[in-house]
Amino acid sequence: MALPTFSMADPDDDKLVINGEIEVATKVAPAAHLDGALSEVMSGWHFRNDDTQAMEMDDFDNPGMLGAENGMAIWEAAEGSEGKSCADCHGDPAESMKGVRASYPKFDEKAGTLMTVQMKMNECRTERMGAEAWKYDAGKAIDVEAMIASHSRGMPVNVAIDGPAAPFWEKGKEIYYTRYGQLELSCASCHEENYGNMIRADHLSQGQINGFPTYRLKNAKLNGVHSRFKGCIRDTRAHTFSPGSDEFIALELYVASRGMGLGIEGPSVRN
Amino acid sequence: MRFTTLTLAAALCAGAATASEVAPGDVVFNGSAVEASLTGVAGNADEGMKVYSSKKMGNCIACHQISSVDAPFPGNVGPSLDGVGDRWNVAELRGILVNSKMTFEGTVMPAYYRVDGFIRPGNRYTGKAADDTFGPLLEAQQIEDLVAFLSTLKE
Ligand code: HEC
Ligand code: HEC
Ligand code: HEC
Repeated sequence: MALPTFSMADPDDDKLVINGEIEVATKVAPAAHLDGALSEVMSGWHFRNDDTQAMEMDDFDNPGMLGAENGMAIWEAAEGSEGKSCADCHGDPAESMKGVRASYPKFDEKAGTLMTVQMKMNECRTERMGAEAWKYDAGKAIDVEAMIASHSRGMPVNVAIDGPAAPFWEKGKEIYYTRYGQLELSCASCHEENYGNMIRADHLSQGQINGFPTYRLKNAKLNGVHSRFKGCIRDTRAHTFSPGSDEFIALELYVASRGMGLGIEGPSVRN
Repeated sequence: MRFTTLTLAAALCAGAATASEVAPGDVVFNGSAVEASLTGVAGNADEGMKVYSSKKMGNCIACHQISSVDAPFPGNVGPSLDGVGDRWNVAELRGILVNSKMTFEGTVMPAYYRVDGFIRPGNRYTGKAADDTFGPLLEAQQIEDLVAFLSTLKE
């Protein structure tokens, strides 16, 4: 079962162009650090049906864009003891946040640790705005992250995994290949050994995160990367890690690196 | 809001095995096969078919397909089980179900009658840590019923 058979449920060959103008690379050659684990790197978009795919191709049909719009309203609203908004310091996110989603998680020299986009947002809130940190992967944090991601759409995932990021990457890789829970399944069991196959009614993708935050038709809301990780680990009948945990931050870097070169899609649409 | 759980297998194991049952930790392997019945009670193939196809029990259809079983959305992570009764004898089938890893090294197929050696075992599909209600994925008699059912699959 090492190689996906691609028989009854092949990922398709459609091309993803958003709003008729943003071209998104959804199939790319694997990065060298994948060591041949994947012969081709593919976005989860290819594994969804035509209707779901189409929703992502036009912002008016993409329900995730409503969250991004809300994120823009939050961006402009002053909050906290300093009376500042994100816009006061960062101006137009189309300029200041361009490329951010594609390069995170990133090692932060000042903090001395690996940081996700949401952690950076909360750093600004607690250290620069005098506001409370947002709950990880919830409400406002996800809407603002979706808005920020939308300004990187089409840009290739490009995370640094060397230097100070290396130990985090190694840790994330170890988690990726660990067979958790009573079902003893790792991320690789489903997303590396079996992508293209059906697990019951679910068409397994490579579990890439270039599309996050993701609007899922199943729960009708935007979902964060860590929440998705948590759901997948829970499905192995395991004791999961929490959104925002060191384990998931490291795993996010590793999984992002498996999708090096894929175009950012967030907010994407999945089932 | 909760995601719908992708139930690969749902245990109904209530408490400890009865005296006549072989407990998960006491199953004796002969190579990868298990010769002795886990319960001493002959398996019921009809029940086995239910365990096979019910999402709440074995949910084997998440990964397998059998032509004679009319169940929606069979998966294809595992091979078709058509003719599996020709390929494996009863003891071998029991071994595959108790702990598939003894037959297929490194397989993604879960072990259905084992309770130890897991990494971060959970409390079913809650995402929380396992507690003292933790038991095997299937009950001993369900394994015997499955063995009886699978042995009928001949070509
Ligand atoms: C008082 C000024 C100020 C405010 C208000 C502010 N930020 Fe920042 N933000 C900064 C500075 C300065 C940095 C660079 C910090 C660093 O990395 O050393 C930054 C960095 C970031 C980054 C990382 C960008 C990158 O290129 O790596 C993100 C994302 C971000 N801010 C989001 C937000 C959001 C969302 C808000 C509102 C909730 C916000 N910021 C409010 C000053 C601010
Ligand atoms: C039991 C099988 C299984 C395991 C184990 C599993 N997943 Fe998943 N995962 C799924 C299914 C089913 C989906 C939904 C269909 C799809 O996109 O593959 C999914 C979806 C995803 C997605 C969303 C992809 C997208 O395009 O939106 C990501 C990301 C993901 N998984 C990552 C992981 C990671 C990381 C792990 C390990 C911590 C993991 N998964 C373990 C079954 C699994
Ligand atoms: C997560 C996927 C998965 C689930 C769930 C699963 N299996 Fe399997 N099964 C496999 C795979 C994969 C193989 C092939 C062995 C290997 O890994 O090489 C297999 C092999 C088998 C075989 C041997 C088949 C042959 O022709 O040699 C039998 C019998 C079997 N499974 C029965 C079951 C039964 C009964 C259940 C439910 C109680 C079940 N399986 C649940 C994945 C699964």
